[in-house]
Amino acid sequence: MIADKKETIVESPLIFEKSVPGRRGITPPKAPEVDLAALLGSDNLRAEPPKLPEVDELTLVRHYTGLSRRQMGVDTHFYPLGSCTMKYNPKVHEAAVGLFADLHPYQAPEVVQGALQLMYELQRDLSEITGMDATTLQPAAGAHGELTGILIIRAYHKSRGEHEQRRVVLVPDSAHGSNPATASMAGYTVKEIASSPDGEVDLEALKTELGPHVAAIMLTNPNTLGLFERKILAMAQAAHRVGAQLYYDGANLNAVMGMARPGDMGFDVVHLNLHKTFTVPHGGGGPGSGPVGVKAHLAPFLPVPQVVKNGETYALDYDLPHSIGQVRSFYGNFGALVRAYAYIKMLGEEGIKKSAALAVLNANYLKELLKEQGYRIPYDRTCMHEFVAQPPEGIRTLDVAKGLLELGFHPPTVYFPLIVKEALMVEPTETESKETLEAFARAAGELLKKDKSWLEAAPYSTPVRRLDEVQANRKPKLRWNPGE
Amino acid sequence: MDYTPHTEADLESMLERVGAKNLKDLYRDLPQEIVDPPLQLDTAMTEAELMRHLRTLAAKNQSANVGFLGGGIRSHYIPAVVPALAARAEFLSAYTPYQPEASQGLLQAIFEYQTMISELTGLPVANASMYDGSTALAEGVLLALRESGKMRVAILKSVHPEYRRVVKTYLEAIGAELVTLTSTADPIPPETGAVVGQNPDFLGTVHNFTALAEAAHAAGALFVAVVDPISLALLKPPGEYGADVAVGEGQPLGNAMAFGGPHFGFMAVRADLVRQLPGRLVSETTDVEGKRGYILTLQAREQYIRRGKAKSNITTNAQLTALMGAVYLAALGPQGLKEVAIRSVAMAHALAEKLTRIPGIELVTPEPYFNEFAVRLPKGALEVRSALARKGLAAVTPVPAEYGENLALFACTEQHTEADLDNLAEALREVLR
Repeated sequence: MIADKKETIVESPLIFEKSVPGRRGITPPKAPEVDLAALLGSDNLRAEPPKLPEVDELTLVRHYTGLSRRQMGVDTHFYPLGSCTMKYNPKVHEAAVGLFADLHPYQAPEVVQGALQLMYELQRDLSEITGMDATTLQPAAGAHGELTGILIIRAYHKSRGEHEQRRVVLVPDSAHGSNPATASMAGYTVKEIASSPDGEVDLEALKTELGPHVAAIMLTNPNTLGLFERKILAMAQAAHRVGAQLYYDGANLNAVMGMARPGDMGFDVVHLNLHKTFTVPHGGGGPGSGPVGVKAHLAPFLPVPQVVKNGETYALDYDLPHSIGQVRSFYGNFGALVRAYAYIKMLGEEGIKKSAALAVLNANYLKELLKEQGYRIPYDRTCMHEFVAQPPEGIRTLDVAKGLLELGFHPPTVYFPLIVKEALMVEPTETESKETLEAFARAAGELLKKDKSWLEAAPYSTPVRRLDEVQANRKPKLRWNPGE
Repeated sequence: MDYTPHTEADLESMLERVGAKNLKDLYRDLPQEIVDPPLQLDTAMTEAELMRHLRTLAAKNQSANVGFLGGGIRSHYIPAVVPALAARAEFLSAYTPYQPEASQGLLQAIFEYQTMISELTGLPVANASMYDGSTALAEGVLLALRESGKMRVAILKSVHPEYRRVVKTYLEAIGAELVTLTSTADPIPPETGAVVGQNPDFLGTVHNFTALAEAAHAAGALFVAVVDPISLALLKPPGEYGADVAVGEGQPLGNAMAFGGPHFGFMAVRADLVRQLPGRLVSETTDVEGKRGYILTLQAREQYIRRGKAKSNITTNAQLTALMGAVYLAALGPQGLKEVAIRSVAMAHALAEKLTRIPGIELVTPEPYFNEFAVRLPKGALEVRSALARKGLAAVTPVPAEYGENLALFACTEQHTEADLDNLAEALREVLR
């Protein structure tokens, strides 16, 4: 995007500002003459048409193509966003999705057997990769999967008559913000558990918080510092001893995909982010997909419908009397499911494991390179697929991020996790080459040699420079108005 | 095959640099009894093998394009520019625009989308999209409960049954109550914080909700309208009949049916509710040189800042599918959208006339109706749906028994021709004979 200086100084008018009354893009088939007032009721008709843009097709194409050139993606730039797992999105997946585009969710099951078979096999493969007994594909995103998982836990406690007593969900202080938000959406009180100096959950602190009032513990493993929770088996035992359920946030599954299964670690519920671990494109912030896997004792509570196999026929089963109900219309983000299915079939067992291990190798390699360049590593041990770094004393993380933009790299995640000051959360993923990692490390090192004033004013050649966030918050302008 | 670039030489030098003997050694910190378990997965395929396998699976499905299925998902024509532009790799492979200098393309596209949804709904503020129509409604209802401080929701029975089920799941989680109203004339129960109606409703009827919205306000509740975006080319927008919140399913706007997803949900609200909105919001602002730019705003509502006190747990929306919606709306413009709507309405009314001439079929959707309607069939709807599928026709959306026995929905779009309608009527005659 940034390479062409001429391009970037050009203003980018809104599509509304390119609109000319009477100009047209797509023309639908001719509509017959009808009396709308008679068909729809004159009171129900709108007086003024919506002010949508009026543009010809070429103007439309140039507009959105122009916008795309003011945008970074994995296909254009190295994008090492910690905790977000920006893997390459294989092109064959887009071709695969097209094969299933014309299916309607209310078709007779006997004429959508291929789609149902795909879902059934994906449920099975995801259960296998996570070490779970059953999986639902319905949740529309990771956080939606979290909500589904917590509601399943809630329904389980309710079925045992323990819902009234179990009102607390424990969440580490390093957790993703969605974990406490989810627990609170499910009506729970959230209690944070402190991390110990080694960056892991403090097992003793956890034990003192555990009791018959705890419904669940939500953990990410490897955790949000990129470290594997080494005492996980003991934590699971402690949780189960008091009847609490252990919830696995799948945000960081890529590090252990196929190499270590949440089910084997003692987790009862796991959500996956198909748009992270299973290469579904992030699309600028969605759609994602957040399947949820559970151990057998929680399977009766899964949302309806479940895809089942009866003999050689696939069917949708709505008859789950203990189900939490539905969390989304229809069967989930099917298009995302096709991509994840294709990925698993392409990789097989060996490819799944190798991808995880190479993600870990790339992260550790980049960690060593950044250390050499002068970055601090607050928790310096073998990391999983990501790690936290800090710029040297006196340099702000925000400025490093903006400096990287100027040098043509998307920055890592900044200021997360919250428990590390000036955090840079770096996640290179397995699809990046050694040369890319080295180029990034060199650029990150170069920034430290720049004048402080250069760094604080970067970036320079992006479509816009640093934006006024305060103005946007104080006086948000959330839509275009003519004449403004 | 996999997508990793590492050569043997790369592996050797990188492993040495990080001090590991081999790849498995990178997992030395883990409890060794759980590392590297055997997995029951199919053998890896090549790209050609994969495509062949997927084509075999796809061949077991019948296309529903230019079918008559409805219930929230419809077979409208998708102009070729829509997928072509949304498939631009910079849009497809980007993340949430947290670094605005590197994301002006998406941020501006969202700002334009917000404007279009605001125009369609007649409400001043729209967010950057939701997962789908059903979860947009659930979030809209939660918003209304937050604003009103009450814990009861009254929903019309004519709202899509799957949407009502999703709302029930969300409300159960916070211990709020869901009451079903059978008619717009039903009294609103005390302590209601949200009244929900759908327009056109699940069976296709177009409503004038002005009185219901007034009644909701008089009872201290917010009125939440579920609307079909295509219908808003012709029908009075929710903002004009007193809705505080408007939500809906974006699929009809340039998104493939895709077996029910991914699509996008939209949400628009009254200006003073902006801080109660879930999800992302983009604001116009200026950069240090005074140049116009766009940025995510009011993030203090969101989970990564407010954690347990956030307005919702949403971290992703449906940016790419919402972008398809925006491109669709811009491609058609006000005139094109109106023509799509009129032709859909005209075809639906023509179809209803043809179908009700068949003995035993009776129209049950009250007038006026839009582009979908329900009829009573002389046989079970599932049986008729299967019989039509055997003739290669995707039609008959089964209606749950709570609305009556043997009911089926039929939906029309601008894609249908007179010949399509005759073909369906003829097939249905044969099936019912």
